[in-house]
Formats: sequence, structure tokens, C-alpha cells
Amino acid sequence: MKKLLSLLLVLGMVISLAACGQEATETAETAETTETTETTAEDMVVGFIFVGPVGDGGWTFAHNEGRLALEKELGVKTLYKESVPEEQVVESEMRNMIDQGATAIFATSFGYMSFVENMSNEFPEVAFFHCSGYTQTDNMANYFGRMYEARYLTGIAAGLKTESNKIGYVAAFPIPEVIRGINAFTLGAKSVNPDVEVEVVWTSTWYDPAKEKEAAITLLDGGVDIIAQHQDTAGPQQAAEERGAFSIGYNTNMYDMAPKSHLTAATWDWSGYYIEQVKAVMDGDFASHAYWGGMNDGIVTIAPLSEHVAEGTKEAIDKAKEAIMDGSLVVFGGEILDQNDEVKVAKGESLDDGSMLGMDWFVKGVVGSINQ
Amino acid sequence: MEGFLVALVIASTPLLFATLGEIMTEKAGLLNLGVEGMMLIGAVAGFGAGYTTNSPVIAVIAAIVAGGFSGLLFGFLTISLRANQVVSGLTLTIFGAGFSSFLGTNFIGLKMSESFITSFEPFKIPLLSSIPIIGNALFNQDLFVYGGMIVAILLGVYLYRTRKGLNLVAVGENPSAADASGINVDLYKYVHLTLGGALCGLGGAYLSVVDVPQWQDNITAGRGWIAIALVIFVAWNPIKAIFGAYLFGGLSIIGFRLQQYGISQSLLDTLPYLVTIIVLVISSTRNSKDNGPPKGLSVPYFREER
Repeated sequence: MKKLLSLLLVLGMVISLAACGQEATETAETAETTETTETTAEDMVVGFIFVGPVGDGGWTFAHNEGRLALEKELGVKTLYKESVPEEQVVESEMRNMIDQGATAIFATSFGYMSFVENMSNEFPEVAFFHCSGYTQTDNMANYFGRMYEARYLTGIAAGLKTESNKIGYVAAFPIPEVIRGINAFTLGAKSVNPDVEVEVVWTSTWYDPAKEKEAAITLLDGGVDIIAQHQDTAGPQQAAEERGAFSIGYNTNMYDMAPKSHLTAATWDWSGYYIEQVKAVMDGDFASHAYWGGMNDGIVTIAPLSEHVAEGTKEAIDKAKEAIMDGSLVVFGGEILDQNDEVKVAKGESLDDGSMLGMDWFVKGVVGSINQ
Repeated sequence: MEGFLVALVIASTPLLFATLGEIMTEKAGLLNLGVEGMMLIGAVAGFGAGYTTNSPVIAVIAAIVAGGFSGLLFGFLTISLRANQVVSGLTLTIFGAGFSSFLGTNFIGLKMSESFITSFEPFKIPLLSSIPIIGNALFNQDLFVYGGMIVAILLGVYLYRTRKGLNLVAVGENPSAADASGINVDLYKYVHLTLGGALCGLGGAYLSVVDVPQWQDNITAGRGWIAIALVIFVAWNPIKAIFGAYLFGGLSIIGFRLQQYGISQSLLDTLPYLVTIIVLVISSTRNSKDNGPPKGLSVPYFREER
């Protein structure tokens, strides 16, 4: 009985101690927030949630480059977590980062959206940034880039290079983002070579180098001589390199991975946006927004053309790039026909952001079907 | 068609190695769910050693040693410390993913040299490679593919036709009886676990050294789990494992070729697992001894508790 009593007493003491501790930290926190409206670089902590490993040489690699640029440019402290599944656990990862002092969090995959939204409601003092989604709250912004503009330019390089007039495109999933890329690529290729056809194969993976390579080989067996890709690995590049064909990369400059086949790549550069936004958070002027930047902002671009490109490619791409940037060329500007020869965009008109974000049809010239 | 068969055999080879490794492990009564982790460790070791030394032999040896060592680690946990096998296996998978990613940071974006790649180029086996349809797929391949087939056959002979192999089966089925008949149970378990790990490591190395050939984080992309399903599918039989691996490997890539006929890729992706479930149902209703798991599977053996 005595033992039990003493145990209970000890337990009670521990609990009360813990409660005191909590109170203490809470008061400290409120004091902090009232004191500081501007944060110095040393105090600023930024969290990044990545869907893949930073070593993927693709999507997450590009985001991580942005993170490193941010650290270098502003001298802030960054935290990151790799390979976070698009599930509930992402919330505890964010909570963890906030516990470590993060006041801005970038979540870099579509599937995080609803969890980021929950967290933004729970932590109104933290700025959340969600990549490639569409929800927005008072302290949750969404951001993405108009990758299709860069895709259009890479299409020009492929259209000029192909001899069989058949280009293969290894694609991940039939979602609007991927479809938009395929369409823009095809339009770019057809702008310089009207006879070109783009054959699409779906892999149902973002990240499986061996499988994606095999998908590219299937296309090459079918007679294509250039491989483009919307995948997060360099598998398709390897296939083109081995078969003596040519390739167009994605996410980052993939030249080193396929030096004999690489023509160019549609690439991301997140550093500008990350630096600008973190600066805003530090200065206390963060405002929620939906950002969809294009080539003008430098968030999407293409990798330097390799020595394998056809003659005249540089001139053609420079011209189109300039036209896109000054607005005289609209990628999804009419007249655009779909696969069944129906007019999807009439002459003189162009698609608005909404229809681009929900795109579920292929332009004429694409061989393949979306209903998978 | 021929192109498809060639690709099928290539896609099956990592699965075959991992399946054989897991068969060897499970035959010793150990359920090692760490196949994925062991494959990754083998893959990064093979690529790293191959890249730094430019020697294919050293790459293969490194993959074997690294895979074997990760198997040994599992053995230490489950045989000597008698830790729970399922938990230890899952831990090994997580450890393998993290550890390989850590070691691999220096190898990202690097390519093997030309001379290295040529040593794993396909070569024809005379006469056999001129068999119509299957000749090219089976007998005009790289060293790993031949190696996989040879290991499968050797393992089949070992398990069913040699004394040591039968001893191993006894260890997996009934360790106390094996112990009583004078077999060193722990030694058998350790040896086969290590060899099994080495085979899994080779399976992973095939991806990073020959197939892709490049280091990318998590390059196995779930193949280790398919291999575990395959072990059940082929009823712990190494010879059947060859055909099982070809079937699963074929299913994983056939989708690309069927898309033009409007067959869903997503549906095809489910087939390997669906087939495994069906086989499980069939084999459990038949309740035959030959198709069941080793009786002592995942039960830790502790002599004093007999």
C-alpha cells in the first residue's frame, strides 16, 4: 500500500512538472511572436517536404537545388525530409519541422494538398507553400510552373531532328499536367515538322528506372528515333543512348546521363521563387497566392542544346522562346485540332488557365489514348 | 514478339535472383522480409565498386559480399538474438533503403565507363541461340541472365538431390528433429541466410550495374516485394522460380505493348499480385505438403525450449 501511494505521488509530481514545463514554453512562444515581426536570416528556418529522394536526378533533385540556392543566397537554415509518402504522415513531418522552428514550409507534391491545408489551419502563424495543387488558404499558397512552354521548345528540337517522323514519349500517368506537356511538345514539334507523330506509352510509375527504360525500348522497337519523357528518372534516356537514338530530358539537364543521345531537356528552376517567397516571409509581407509562373520568371527553361541537335535548332528555339516571352506566341493558341479532327481551340482564341489545368484530350498528331 | 521475349528475360532477372535468395532463406526456416533492402545494398555496392575500380569482377563480388553481409546482419538479429523475424525484416528494408541512399549520394548521375558496359553485353551461345523465337531471348543475353538460370538449376539440385540440401530442408521443416539428428541448426541457418542475401544483392546489382546502368535512389522500386510474393507463387521451388520470374517479369512489361490495343496499364499492374492470391487460394485448398511453406518458417529455434 505504501509503495502504491508513493508511486502515485511520484506520478502526480511528474505530471505537474510536465504541465509547468508546457506553460513555460507557451508563454515564451507568445512573447516571441509579439516581439518579432521581422526575422533575421539566422532565426529563419524553412522546411521542405520531398516526395522522392533528393538523389533522383529529377523532380526532387530540382527542388533540392532550389533549397540549396535558398540556403546559399539568404543564409537561412533549411530542414528537409525525403521520400515522404502522400499520406497522413506528411502532417507529422510538418509538425516536426514546426517544432524545430520552421516558419515557412514547402510541400512539393500534389498529393500533400489536403494535409497541407489541415496544417495551415492548425498553424496560422506558419506560411505554407504547396506545389502543383489548387487549394489556397490565408496562409497556404500554391505554386507551379508553366512547364508546357519549355516542352514546346523541346518539341521544336525533336521535330527538327527526327528522320522517321516518329517520336516516342514515355509518360507517367494520364493526368492534366502530363497531357498538357505531351500536347505542348507535339505542337512544338509540328510547328517545324507538320508530318511528325508523337507516340505515347504510359508506365503508371513516376519512379522506376528499369521499367521506364523498358517502356522507351518498346517505343524504339516500334520505329521512333527520339525519346521524350515525363518521368522522374533517366531510364528512358539510357534506352535512347543504348540504341543510338536521341532523347529529350525532363526536370534537370540530363546530358551527363546520356551524352550520346541527349538533345536538350525541359527543366525546372525553383530557386528564384523560393528565395523571393522566403524573403517575403522574413520581412513579414507574405501573402497567400496562387502562382503559375512561366518562362518569363525563369521558373521553367530548357537545358543548353547539345552538339547533337539538327542545324538551325538554336535559331528556331530562340525565335519561339522570344515569341512566347513577349506574348506573341501562345502555346495553346488556335487553331488546335484534337485526335478526332475536332476543333478544340478556334482560330484567334486560346485556352484559359482553367481549361489548361483540366486538360483531358490529345492534340492531333499524338498517337495513344488517355483512357487507361 | 522476339523483342518482347528478350525484354521479358531482362526484366525477370533481378526478380529471379531475389526469389532464389529468398527461397534459400525461407527453406532454412527464416522469413526475411528485407529482400528489398538487401537488393538495394547490393545494388549500391555493385555500382560503387564497379565505378571506382572499373572492374566487373569486383563489382559482382562487392554486390555478393554486401548482400551476404546484410543477410548476416538479419541472422545475427533473428538467430542469435531471436528477434522477431517480421519486424527485423521490415527494419532491414528500411535500413537498406536509407543506407544505400546514403552511400549512393556520391554516385548520382555517374555513368559506368564504356569498357565496363561492354563486359556485360549480350553474347550468343552457339547453336542454342539459333532456336527460333526463344533462342535469342534465352541464349543471347548477358552474363547475369545465364548466371540466374544456372543458380536456379544448381539450387534445385542442391535442395532435392544432395544430403546437405536435405539437411537444410529438415532445418526449415523441423529444427528440433534436425538438431536431434546431429545437424548444426544455427550454422545451417547462418550459411543459407548469407548466401540468400548474396543472391538478393546480385539481383539488385543487375539493375544498377547492367540494366539501367546507373545508381538512382531506390532503384529496385518494389521488386523485392514482388520477389517475396513470387516465392509463395512458385511454392518454394527454385526450378519453378525460373518460370514464375519470367511470368511476373513479363506481366510487368507487357502493358507497354498492349496499350495500343486499349488494354489498361493499371489493370495489368495488378496482375502479378492477383495471380499470387489465386495461387495461394488454390494451394491452400489442396493442402498439399509439396506446395506449402516450410513448417518451421518464421518460428525462432531455441534448443532449450524444445
